[in-house]
Amino acid sequence: MSLSRHVDPEDLIHHLQGSEIQTSDGRTSPHLTPYSTDYASRKAIPKFSIPQDGAPSDTVYAMIRDELELDGRPNLNLASFVDTYLEENAQKLMVENLAKNLADNDEYPAMLSMSERCVSILANLWGVQKGEKAIGTATTGSSEAIHLGGLAMKRRWQEKRRAEGKDTQKPNIIMGSNAQVALLKFARYFDVEARVLPVSAKSKFRLDPDLVRENLDENTIGIFVILGSTYTGHYEPVWEISDILDEFQEKTGIDIPIHVDAASGGFVAPFTHAGVGGHKWNFELPRVKSINTSGHKYGLVTPGVGWVIWRDESFLPKDLIFELHYLGGKELSFTLNFSRPGAQIIVQYFNLIHLGFSGYREIMENCLANARLLSKSLEATGWYTCLSDIHRRVSGGGTSGASDVKDAVKKTVSAVSGGGSGESSDTSAAYIAGLPVVSFRFTDDFKSQYPHIKQETVSLLLRARQWIIPNYSLPPSEDSTEILRVVVRESMSLDLLDRLVTDIVQVTETLMENDEVDLTILHRQQKGPSRKQDKDHKKEKALGEFRRMAEGIHRSVC
Amino acid sequence: MVHLAAIPNDDVVNDSKLVAAMKKVHLQLANDDDCFTTSVYGSKFAASDLPRHEMPEREMPKEVAYRMIKDELSLDGNPMLNLASFVTTYMEEEAEKLMAESFSKNFIDYEEYPQSADIQNRCVSMIGRLFHAPTPSSEAAEADDACTTTPGAIGTSCVGSSEAIMLAVLAMKKRWKNQRIKEGKSTDKPNIVMSAAVQVCWEKAARYFEVEEKLVYCTEDRYVIDPKQTVDLVDENTIGICTILGTTYTGEYEDTKAVNDLLIERGLTTPIHVDAASGGFVAPFVVPDLEWDFRLERVVSINVSGHKYGLVYPGVGWVVWRSAEYLPQELVFNINYLGADQASFTLNFSKGASQVIGQYYQLIRLGKHGYRAIMSNLTRTANYLSDSLEALGFIIMSKKSGEGLPLVAFRLAPDDDRNYDEFALAHQLRVRGWVVPAYTMAPNTKNLKMLRVVVREDFTRNRCDALIADIKASQALLQQMDRDSIKKQEAFLHRHSTNSAKASHNHPKFRKEKHSLQGKTGKTHAVC
Repeated sequence: MSLSRHVDPEDLIHHLQGSEIQTSDGRTSPHLTPYSTDYASRKAIPKFSIPQDGAPSDTVYAMIRDELELDGRPNLNLASFVDTYLEENAQKLMVENLAKNLADNDEYPAMLSMSERCVSILANLWGVQKGEKAIGTATTGSSEAIHLGGLAMKRRWQEKRRAEGKDTQKPNIIMGSNAQVALLKFARYFDVEARVLPVSAKSKFRLDPDLVRENLDENTIGIFVILGSTYTGHYEPVWEISDILDEFQEKTGIDIPIHVDAASGGFVAPFTHAGVGGHKWNFELPRVKSINTSGHKYGLVTPGVGWVIWRDESFLPKDLIFELHYLGGKELSFTLNFSRPGAQIIVQYFNLIHLGFSGYREIMENCLANARLLSKSLEATGWYTCLSDIHRRVSGGGTSGASDVKDAVKKTVSAVSGGGSGESSDTSAAYIAGLPVVSFRFTDDFKSQYPHIKQETVSLLLRARQWIIPNYSLPPSEDSTEILRVVVRESMSLDLLDRLVTDIVQVTETLMENDEVDLTILHRQQKGPSRKQDKDHKKEKALGEFRRMAEGIHRSVC
Repeated sequence: MVHLAAIPNDDVVNDSKLVAAMKKVHLQLANDDDCFTTSVYGSKFAASDLPRHEMPEREMPKEVAYRMIKDELSLDGNPMLNLASFVTTYMEEEAEKLMAESFSKNFIDYEEYPQSADIQNRCVSMIGRLFHAPTPSSEAAEADDACTTTPGAIGTSCVGSSEAIMLAVLAMKKRWKNQRIKEGKSTDKPNIVMSAAVQVCWEKAARYFEVEEKLVYCTEDRYVIDPKQTVDLVDENTIGICTILGTTYTGEYEDTKAVNDLLIERGLTTPIHVDAASGGFVAPFVVPDLEWDFRLERVVSINVSGHKYGLVYPGVGWVVWRSAEYLPQELVFNINYLGADQASFTLNFSKGASQVIGQYYQLIRLGKHGYRAIMSNLTRTANYLSDSLEALGFIIMSKKSGEGLPLVAFRLAPDDDRNYDEFALAHQLRVRGWVVPAYTMAPNTKNLKMLRVVVREDFTRNRCDALIADIKASQALLQQMDRDSIKKQEAFLHRHSTNSAKASHNHPKFRKEKHSLQGKTGKTHAVC
C-alpha cells in the first residue's frame, strides 16, 4: 500500500498560477467578450477582500452567473417547502419593484396599502370573528413572525403577572420536539424556558395533548401549535389543545393563549376540501390569539415574505409598538427588520387576487392528489412505508390499519396502470388531512431482508440524478427512525412525479442488486465532505462545540 | 289659400318614424361575464374594484392582475426624487438580471444552494477586512482564507441593519449575563449606553430584549455623543456602548476612538458596537485614516447596511464580530440538513438570495477603486450643495468634506420676520416633486428643526442644480405669502398631501404612544 499525500486543490492552483503570473498594468483593459478579461485565466476572482480595481459589468455578471450554476436546481429540490415558481407577470412585478423599500411608507403608499389588504384578506381567510379588530403585519418570513407572536405573548404574561404582583422571572413556553428551529430560537433569544415535549408514534410525531396537560403551570406564557409538522405533514390538534386549556382555566383560572405556527399549513388548510379534518384551528377557536404563515411556502411567492396576525388589537401590548413619524405622516411598527424589499408583498397580493379562492383550491388539491399518488406508488413497491397519512382514507379507520394500506396498494396499482386517471375524481375530503408531504422509510420486511442497505444511500444516489430528497431522523425521542421526505409543491407535476417514482424504484433496485462490499465504498465517499462543508466545519470549530445543540432537533428544512 | 293640406289621422301621428327608430336602437353594452378581453381595460375587472378585504371567489387573468397592480403602484413616489432615504435606488442592469435570476433561491438552504452560501462568506470576509477585522495571523491569512482558524472574526448577512443590531445587542447581553452569572452577581438590570440620536431599531432592540436604555443627549450645537459623558454613564450593568458612524440627522461620525481611549484609560472592559449602517461603506473609502473600526481595541462588533452605501437594493445588511469569543455559543443554533451543518444566528430564516448576490456583484464589479470614485463624487456633490445652500442663507448643520456622510442637513437662519418654517419649505418642495424631509432633532436640542438631503449614487451635479433652483423658487414663493395663508396651506398640505397621513390602517389604540423617545420628546425618527 502506498502512502499518499493529501492534495489541497486550492493550494495547488495558487502555487502553479503564481509561477507564471503576469503583472498587469493595474487598469482593466478593453475586452471583446466577458471571457477575454484578466479574470478569464490570469487572475482569480476575488474571494476574501475587495479588489483594488473593478471589472466591467458584463464580465462580473458572466462570472457570477456561471458560478451560481453550481447551485442546485430549485425545482428538483424536494427538500424544501419554499416556493420556486413565479408566473411571468409576477416575476415582472418583482423586477419592477426591486428598489422599493417596504419601510419607506411615505414614499411608497400604494405598496403599503397592498400589504394592508393582504393582512385583511388573510384575517378573513382565517375566520376572524365579528366585532374583533384583527391586526397584523408582513414579515420577512415565519421566523420573524414567530418571534413577534412569542414576544407579544411574553409581554402580555408579564403585564398580567405584574398587575397581580407576582414574579415574572421564569416564563416558559410549550412546543413539540418537532418544532422548527425558529421556535426554539425565540425561547433562547427572549429568555423564555422552552418546554420541548417529546413526540411519539402514538401522537403521530406531533405535539402530544396528554403531555401538554402535564406541563402547564402559571408561568406558561403560551403554546406554539404547529399546523403542519415539517416531518410528516400532520396537523397538530389545535382543537384538542384548546379544550385542554379550557379545562385548565376552569380549574385554576389561568388563561393560556395559543399561537398557531401555520407556516406551511396556513395557505393549505383553508383551501382544501379536507380542511383540518373537520376541526377548527383558526380564529374560530377563541383561544387562538395569533397565527403566522409563510407567504413563500404555499402562499406561492418566492422567498422573503411571511405574515403574522393577532385576532384583536388588545392582544398586542402597547409598549411593543413604535410610532414613527415621517414627513407629517405616522406609521406604527412592530417588526424586527426595518428596511426590506417590498416586491414580495406585491407578488403576494398579485397571487391572492389572480388565483382567488378557487385558484388556490385547485393548486392545493393538485398537490395533495400528487402526494397521494406518490405515497401509494411507494407503498405499492412493498419496499417503503409512509409515515405521512394523507393518502389514507378517513373512513378506513385510521392510520395503523394494515389491511387498509394493502387496499390502497391494490387500488394504486390499478390506478397507476390506468395512467393515474383514477385519482382525478377524488378530492382530499375523503382522506386524512395534512400537508402535501410524503415521509417514507424502508419497510421492516425490507430491512430484515437487506440489513446492509442504508436509507441514506437512497438519498445520495437520487442526488446523483439531480433530485434532492433528504434523509434525516425523527425528533429526539424517536430519532432511531430515519425518514426520507418529499415535499410536493405546485411545480411538481404528474409528469415529474412519474420520473421521480421511476428513479426511486431504479435506485432501490440497484441497491438490492449490489452486495455489501460495494455499498461500503459508497458510504465512505459519503463521509468525505465537500469542500464547502469542510469550510463550515472549520468555522464551527472556531465558534466552539455547540454541535450538541443539534440533538437532531433542527434537522428538517422548512 | 293655394295649398290644401290633408289633416293626418291618429295612425299617421303616432307612427312617427323617428320615434320608432329611437325605439329600435338598443344600447348594445357588452355584458360578457367571461374573462375574455380585448385588452386589459376592456375586461370587467377594469370597471370593478380590486378586492381589498376578502379573497375573491374566482380567478382573475394574470395580465389583468398584473396591469391593475402595476397601475396602482404608479401612485408610489419616484425613487429618484426621494432625497429622504439612504436606501439604494439604482443598480446596473446586469446586477438586476442576476438578482432576478435568483429570486427563487432560498438563501438559508445551504445544501441546495451552496454557491450562494459561499458568496455570502466571501462578502463577510471582504467586509470584515475592509473594517480591519483581526485575522488569525497575517501570514496564514495571506495564504489561506480568513476566519478558518480559531480567533478570527466572524460575521453574517442579515435582512438589514435592524436585524444586525438586534443580533449584536443580543450577543452583548448574553455575554454580559454569562459573565455576571460566573461572578455570582445579579443579572436583573442590564443597560446599554447610546446616543439619543439613534435609529429607532436601537430602541426596539432595548425594549424587546429588556435592556434599559441609558441615553447620551445631544445639545443645541453638538449633535453627536460626548465621549466623556458616555463613558461616565457606564456601570457594572452596562452590556455595551453604541456609537454611530454617521448619525441619521446630520451624518456626523461619532468619536469612537475617544470613547475607546477613555475606556482604556479608566480600565473598563465595556464593549463597543459601532452602528455603521450608513457610514460603513463611506468612511473606509473617503477617510481611510479615520480610526473607528476593529483597529480600536474595544470595538467588538460592527454592523453595516448593504442596501445603503453598499449600493444594493433593499434587503441586505451585515454584522461582523471581532472574534467568536464575543458571540456566546448558546445563541448560535446548529442546523443540520442533508449532512451539512450550518451555524445559524439570525432572526429570520428563509429569505431571498438575490441581495447577497447583488452585494458580491457590486464588491467585485466596483472594487475599492470604484467605491472610492463613487463616494468621492458624492462627497463633492454634498460639498457643492452645502456651499450653495450656505450662500442662500441657510445654516448648515452637517459636516463637509468627508467628516461625515454625504448628506446635507440644514435649517433656516433665525429671523423674526420669517413666517414659514422648515416643514413648510419641505411641503413646498414636495409640490415640485422633491422629497426633502423636515425633522425635529434629537431630544434636548430645543426642538431644533432641520431639513435633510441624502446624496445618493444617482444624485448627480445636474440634479443638484435643479434642486437648488427649486429651493430658491419655493423660498421666494413662501416669502410672498402672509402668515395666515401659510398656516392654512400647512394645514391643507398636512391633511391631503402627505401620503401616510392618509393611511387608514393604523389602529387608534396604538397611536400616540408615549413610551419611546419620539413619544416622550417629539423627536422624529429619520428615515434610513
